[in-house]
Amino acid sequence: MSARESFLAEAAKRILITDGAQGTEFQKMGLVEADYAGDLGLARDQKGNNDMLNLTRPDAVEKVHRDYFDAGADIAETNTFNANRISQADYGAEHLVRELNVEAARLARRVADEYTARDGRPRFVAGGVGPTNKTLSLSPDVEDPGYREIDWDFLVDVYHEQAAALVEGGADFILIETVFDTLNCKAGIMAVKQLEAELGRDVPIMLSMTLTDLSGRNLSGHTVEAFWNAVRHARPLTVGLNCSFGATQLRPHVKVLSEIADTLIMIYPNAGLPNELGEYDEMPDTTAGLVGEWAVAGQVNVLGGCCGSTPEHIAAMTRAVQGLPPRKIPALTPEMKLAGLEPFTIAA
Amino acid sequence: MTDTKTTARFVNIGERTNVTGSARFKKLVMADDYAAAVEVARQQVENGAQVIDINMDEGLLDAKAAMETFLKLIAAEPDIARVPVMIDSSKWDVIEAGLKCVSGKPIVNSISMKEGEDAFLEQARKCMAYGAAVVVMAFDETGQADTKDRKVEICARAYDLLTGIGFPPEDIIFDPNIFAVATGIEEHDRYGLDFIEAVAEIKARCPYAKTSGGLSNLSFSFRGNETVRRAMHSVFLYHAIPAGLDMAIVNAGQLDIYDDIDAELRDACEDVILCRRPDATERLIDLAESYKGRDEKAEKAAEEWRGWPVERRLEHALVKGIDAYVVEDTEEARQAVLARSGRPIEVIEGPLMDGMNVVGDLFGSGKMFLPQVVKSARVMKKAVAHLIPFIEAEKEEGAKAKGRIIMATVKGDVHDIGKNIVGVVLQCNGYEVIDLGVMVPWQDILQAARDNNADIIGLSGLITPSLDEMVTVAEEMERAGMDLPLLIGGATTSKVHTALKIDPAYSGPVIHVLDASRAVGVASRLLSDTQRDGLVDDTAAEYAHIREVRAGKGQSQLLTLAEARANYYDAYLSDKPAPPEKPGVHVFEDWDLADLRNYIDWTPFFRAWELHGNYPAILQDEVVGESARSLWDDAQAMLDKIISEKWLVAKGVCGFWPCARDHGSNAREVGGDDVIIHRVRREEHVRLPFLRQQIKKSRDRANMCLADFIDPAGDWIGGFAVGIHGIEPHSTAFREAKDDYSDILLKALADRFAEAFAERLHKHVRTDLWGYAPGEQLDNEALIKEQYRGIRPAPGYPACPDHSLKPILFDLLDAEANTGITLTENFAMYPTSAVSGFYFGHPESQYFGVARIGRDQLEDYAARRGVDMETTERWLRPNLD
Repeated sequence: MSARESFLAEAAKRILITDGAQGTEFQKMGLVEADYAGDLGLARDQKGNNDMLNLTRPDAVEKVHRDYFDAGADIAETNTFNANRISQADYGAEHLVRELNVEAARLARRVADEYTARDGRPRFVAGGVGPTNKTLSLSPDVEDPGYREIDWDFLVDVYHEQAAALVEGGADFILIETVFDTLNCKAGIMAVKQLEAELGRDVPIMLSMTLTDLSGRNLSGHTVEAFWNAVRHARPLTVGLNCSFGATQLRPHVKVLSEIADTLIMIYPNAGLPNELGEYDEMPDTTAGLVGEWAVAGQVNVLGGCCGSTPEHIAAMTRAVQGLPPRKIPALTPEMKLAGLEPFTIAA
Repeated sequence: MTDTKTTARFVNIGERTNVTGSARFKKLVMADDYAAAVEVARQQVENGAQVIDINMDEGLLDAKAAMETFLKLIAAEPDIARVPVMIDSSKWDVIEAGLKCVSGKPIVNSISMKEGEDAFLEQARKCMAYGAAVVVMAFDETGQADTKDRKVEICARAYDLLTGIGFPPEDIIFDPNIFAVATGIEEHDRYGLDFIEAVAEIKARCPYAKTSGGLSNLSFSFRGNETVRRAMHSVFLYHAIPAGLDMAIVNAGQLDIYDDIDAELRDACEDVILCRRPDATERLIDLAESYKGRDEKAEKAAEEWRGWPVERRLEHALVKGIDAYVVEDTEEARQAVLARSGRPIEVIEGPLMDGMNVVGDLFGSGKMFLPQVVKSARVMKKAVAHLIPFIEAEKEEGAKAKGRIIMATVKGDVHDIGKNIVGVVLQCNGYEVIDLGVMVPWQDILQAARDNNADIIGLSGLITPSLDEMVTVAEEMERAGMDLPLLIGGATTSKVHTALKIDPAYSGPVIHVLDASRAVGVASRLLSDTQRDGLVDDTAAEYAHIREVRAGKGQSQLLTLAEARANYYDAYLSDKPAPPEKPGVHVFEDWDLADLRNYIDWTPFFRAWELHGNYPAILQDEVVGESARSLWDDAQAMLDKIISEKWLVAKGVCGFWPCARDHGSNAREVGGDDVIIHRVRREEHVRLPFLRQQIKKSRDRANMCLADFIDPAGDWIGGFAVGIHGIEPHSTAFREAKDDYSDILLKALADRFAEAFAERLHKHVRTDLWGYAPGEQLDNEALIKEQYRGIRPAPGYPACPDHSLKPILFDLLDAEANTGITLTENFAMYPTSAVSGFYFGHPESQYFGVARIGRDQLEDYAARRGVDMETTERWLRPNLD
């Protein structure tokens, strides 16, 4: 059975759980520059370059994966949010992109397989692909709205390099996440499509959008429905929302997405909104209660956490959705669904 | 208002952004006037286009580059980008370049089997990978389909091929070719009918697929006769839509309602399109002659409001801020009043005030924003100016104002943008405003209030010493036994300061007014018999409560000055910057304004107009975006003029001096808080005394002082002053033309230029003159976010709150001679649009706020400055308890 089939089979039985925040788990370990830099001899400071830990402190990364699997997660996302050429350039580490991703995927694969072997329940590895810190849709130059810092072909290459390395290391899926720019996401989809053509096999895609305002638009201005229309051609295994807000604020948008998307829905919100000190203090049971409401309403297939979430949050979610039926994928009439920043449907 | 679910039965695709379909658009793009070209797209969307077709296929144009440029530009316009685009080209590389720029789900127009099945499917696969729907032309290896059977046959074959490779059928649109009819050639007679019949069959044969057509071809024979063309298009759609046509490329602004078309013309069109009689073409051609050159609809739409009754026209002009016709309309209204033996004043009291009340209501309910209100005021002022001679000729009393308000920027301060805005808003709402201008001493304020029998006094100020001056005005009002209300406004004023310092000084009502939008509400309640007491009592109680809370809460604990000094910021002094590449003083007589324009930080500009939000996002803001965009356009137009006609002159000076942090009197101290500048040529030492934070810090935070960033063993410090000259003649001209809007706009822009100059000069200093960061590469956004090395704190701002350091700085720079900037007695700079400050080059140097200091530091500082305690207290009052 392919990873896609296996995932669909599990998702038909129950609500699946993906993992939670990784950066804060590393912070808790009190890692210092030497942990990050290792003996790689890089010219710049590496502290804060969490992706580098895949090479310099794989034990720390492994511990985070184990903590989340122990908490009940079915999916481990590789520690590769910024393991792309653009983001690593800030650390003078762009030459390590392939290695970072291959190692991260291998590590997650090994741990996942170990847990699967232990109890027979399949664990999956999602190769995490962040948005990069550059945007294809917006001009960074206020005087020149037509200017772009990067172009499509470059970004497709950046994503391709990362996705190929993740798949090489054993990732089951490519998770294009925290999508603030829909056009970036489309470039990511194109990269995976190219990779599929090269490998001659299916590389399932997971997509996750992040909202920048409560009205439900991302930074490039797309509403949730416009986003779905614009990326539907990826035929993703899952589509969903992550980051931006807590579960309370995401609720209306989760409902919309669950009604329009004819695929699995994966949502992993932040643990509430940050307090005045920028800290997340929503208690695990609170978060679990909130996401549990979506489960009860039949709106989700996969749940997890983003910023501020901990293994305790994931454990609480696992308990909260235990035994609840997963959302049924709706059968929709084919209609022409176009999008500008807003959706536009031409009735059949 | 916004549909969450936009579903359409029939779709108008805008055709005006198509160089092959619109001569105007073509001209704009060829001339590189993309700003105007973008407006064409905006108009189409406003006119109801649900998708816009973009075509750049023109022989003399780099179609690929033009497509990319245009798509990227409209991506920055949310009211255009909200609709999907149709990327239209006969060249695949142009289409693919477009697909790489479009963030939503577009339509590709078009692909076909003209070059055979392989090329067709290759392009179809790419459309799938980019996530686009696609228009398929009814075109195959042998040519374009003209008859009904050929149309159906080709589309059916294409459908099977596409669905065979997994192309979603709902993403296919067939274009079975609309050809010109009534050409006089007999074979063309059935073209219209063939298309309509083919559409029905294709829809039945190809589930979920859509159909479309380019409508303008149909009426090609009637070029120049818009009435007939519109009628033909409308009649065609009337029959094609029920047959299954889903969309058409059409000028959305130019469709008639079927029932509104002249019956004779409609029948003649129907005969042609449905091929109902052999002489249909001749009959339509004959009839068309009589419609030539008639285009009432367009004329009507353009200036429809000009046909309304004069009262409604005045209201419309006021609400929309259109001043083009206001004098003639006002005159017409005056004549009408005269005709019924009324008096000219009735025009003001009647239609004009009614119009302004609408403006006031819209503003009050958040449906209009400040820039629009100020534009309305401009229209109002022009109307009133026209009436004044007539009113005076009749020796009438002026219109009874709702109240008379004295406004002034207090002594020592020259900032008046905010005050002017409040003045305009109050005038718009029927108050008489007597504006005493800037730098007004308390004597003049009190005198003017008595002479004019004022109802309210409003004080404004921007710099911190003005807070103190306001207290003085309040004390003098108290002494004079006045009881009229005192309103306090301006950027540094606050409710807390008003409650703690000004309110206790005056027994009459004192109210802090947060912004212009609150001013009217406060004024109207203060002058209302029924509401005045409520507002006054509530405010007094609120301020008393603030005082109690402050008193009860106790303030954050202060360290002694010695303790604070011991907890100084320990900068890594080996990192200090190298000596400047070009030491000494540098004078810039006339910095290029066009260069400064690139360094403008626009966010504070919008804030000055009470439009809150960050640039450029504010231009797309759901609530204030429209208002912000309009203001932005006006600002850009004025900037163009300022630069091309050289209205303003940017003068600046900067300098660098060797210096050291003073070791202090006590040898055990690590260092004092003074920086001593050594002026080699003059063999003198100049002391720059800085203030140190004294509030007890949590954790390991230091109690900072700017001197901490200077090495006691020897270091360098810099200083600068920049000012924008030449505003007065233009400002005066605007005011004389009753154009407050332009006046305020100009002042706000001059302020932006001064800030931009400070930013630009700082960059020049870092990369060249001082040269400690020669390779710095930062765009304007990064500059605004202060991502560079070093700081430029200004006297009077939080890190260096004492304005009285300015004379020392000015002396070092010889700023008055070098830049023409002068200082008032309270150390405000004139011209108003000016910035001065110190340069610190240490990489760890940073901005902070000194905040509250203790008595011990006050005494110490007075001694270091060599000034008496009373003066020092006045200078530092905002930092004292």
